[in-house]
Amino acid sequence: MIKIEKLHKSYPIGKDSLHVLKGIDLHIKEGEFVSIMGSSGSGKSTLLNIVGLLDIHDQGNYFLNGQLIKNMNEKKAAILRNKFLGFVFQSFNLISYKTALENVALPLYYKGLKRKERLKIALDYLEKVGLKEWANHLPNELSGGQKQRVAIARALVTKPKVVLADEPTGALDSGTTDSVMGLLKDINNEGMTVFVITHEQEVAEQTKRIVHLKDGVIINDFLTKEIKKA
Amino acid sequence: MRFLFDTETWQEIYGSIRKNKLRTGITIIGVLWGIFLLIVLLGATRGLENSFKNAFGNLATNSVFVWTQSTDTPFKGFQKGRSFRLTMNDIDVLKSEYASEIKFLAPRNQTMNLIVRDFKSGSFKVSGDYPILDQIQKKSLTFGRFLNQNDIMSMSKVAVISEEMVKQLFDKEEMPIGQYIKINNINYKVVGVYEPSNTVNFDRDTAYIPFTTFKKVYNSSDKIDWMMITANNGVNIEQLEKDLLLTLKNLHKVHPEDKRAFGSINLGKEIGRLTGFLTGMQFLTWFVGIATLIAGVFAIGNILLITVKERTKEIGIRRAIGATPKSIRQQIILEAVFLTATAGMLGIIFGAFTLYIIDAGFGQGPDAALINPTVNIPIILISCTILIFLGTLIGLIPAHMATIIKPIEALREE
Repeated sequence: MIKIEKLHKSYPIGKDSLHVLKGIDLHIKEGEFVSIMGSSGSGKSTLLNIVGLLDIHDQGNYFLNGQLIKNMNEKKAAILRNKFLGFVFQSFNLISYKTALENVALPLYYKGLKRKERLKIALDYLEKVGLKEWANHLPNELSGGQKQRVAIARALVTKPKVVLADEPTGALDSGTTDSVMGLLKDINNEGMTVFVITHEQEVAEQTKRIVHLKDGVIINDFLTKEIKKA
Repeated sequence: MRFLFDTETWQEIYGSIRKNKLRTGITIIGVLWGIFLLIVLLGATRGLENSFKNAFGNLATNSVFVWTQSTDTPFKGFQKGRSFRLTMNDIDVLKSEYASEIKFLAPRNQTMNLIVRDFKSGSFKVSGDYPILDQIQKKSLTFGRFLNQNDIMSMSKVAVISEEMVKQLFDKEEMPIGQYIKINNINYKVVGVYEPSNTVNFDRDTAYIPFTTFKKVYNSSDKIDWMMITANNGVNIEQLEKDLLLTLKNLHKVHPEDKRAFGSINLGKEIGRLTGFLTGMQFLTWFVGIATLIAGVFAIGNILLITVKERTKEIGIRRAIGATPKSIRQQIILEAVFLTATAGMLGIIFGAFTLYIIDAGFGQGPDAALINPTVNIPIILISCTILIFLGTLIGLIPAHMATIIKPIEALREE
């Protein structure tokens, strides 16, 4: 699903440049539940942005769903994002003046679906994350966990190939963290590829594969005990 | 173009406008004010134009009035400062020499006199006139008739008087027609009562008596005080004025370059001046209106720029979930156009309403300062088109700003 070969990325800082990713090789197959771990500055967010087509890599190859990502313009990237990727952010990033239902339906708007159809599908997904009753509430009327579940519903609504989650539990307490992780697990069990970025050991342990990143290189990459037990 | 008719597009715009009602409201005031000014000022100018037209309405506008003063140049043995008077001979010469140019020519003799009826009296102007006067300066009669040719022929002692004179000389509810008034101790029968017009007028509260009667009673022989000349349509009234004066100077042995000997008023020239003033007003209105509009449109662009900055994160989110730069751009441009158009419509509505109030307050009756203040529909359509065009143009700037920010940077924004 995601294949990365010798990926390099550096950011210019004044006259110098900061080499963030120093040759990453990573292959994530369809249906995997992967977490990227690393301290801040390890390059995990940069990796996610590149995988999420929000940023462009300097060197190396990136294949998404078998397609080589190269010379992306914004329009192409937007279409691919809409088609293949679903985003879950640490700060939820819901649009504050739209109800939960409208937020979930928004990606379908950009996909070009009719409103009725859109709202129907969105409601199905809200039901899936257990928030059907909250459909007409604005984000600021929801708790953090609820917001993140709305965000997950929004990420799923276009039936993407990969869900990218950037510190999805970073702003949540342990109780809601478990429920959000449980939701991601459920999604994965249905066959969706889930790609999580976290710096919390407990969160990473709930995924099936942990990739440790340090100073822009992968230092280890292993399957968790959980999968060994199963 | 299809996205314009898509309900979804409009729902998105409604959503983002609803989010900030106050700011949206303040934003559109600029454009609203601009178009409001344009409509109201254009309407008022039109009203002024109409009332000017109305003021000259009962006066043939291509007219010249001529009278005599005294010479300022010695000529043919005469000293300067010589006084002289127009005569009936002048009238005949002018009538025959300018037969094709002159439509009406009315010689007039006037004097002030005490008019008495029973125990009431008043000092009024008495004017010896021909029936033709009614053609040059339309009289609106409340009762009876104006002078006619028969009165002239028979030198009858009849008078046409104003309503004000009736008020001063007659009792209330007394019918003046057929009654007698005394002018200079001679009885005249009242045959008509006219309503003095509020428009440009040269003889207010005048008793009109037949020219021939005047001549006999006041012993004015062939002399006349002044004359009113109306030209045929299409005649250059200024040229005619020059020619007439030259002929008259010749007849009265006045130096051709004498500037003081004859006095004249050219109504056509005076009206031309007023028309010029109106054109100036209209130009000023357009200038002020359009400048205000442009300022208003810039205000909308400016606010949208701020909005875009504020919504950077939201735009980032939209981009992350699949919005193409084009769809973002379209939405912002459409928002700009929608705001300008809405402001424009509101401005037009308020402007039209204000004109309606002006019309109700000052636009009716004979004293109206602004008659029928209106604006043509094409002007409104043109200003709407200009507005939408400017809205699109100004929307391009914030739309461009919104799309040059990378989604990753937009998302990072707090």
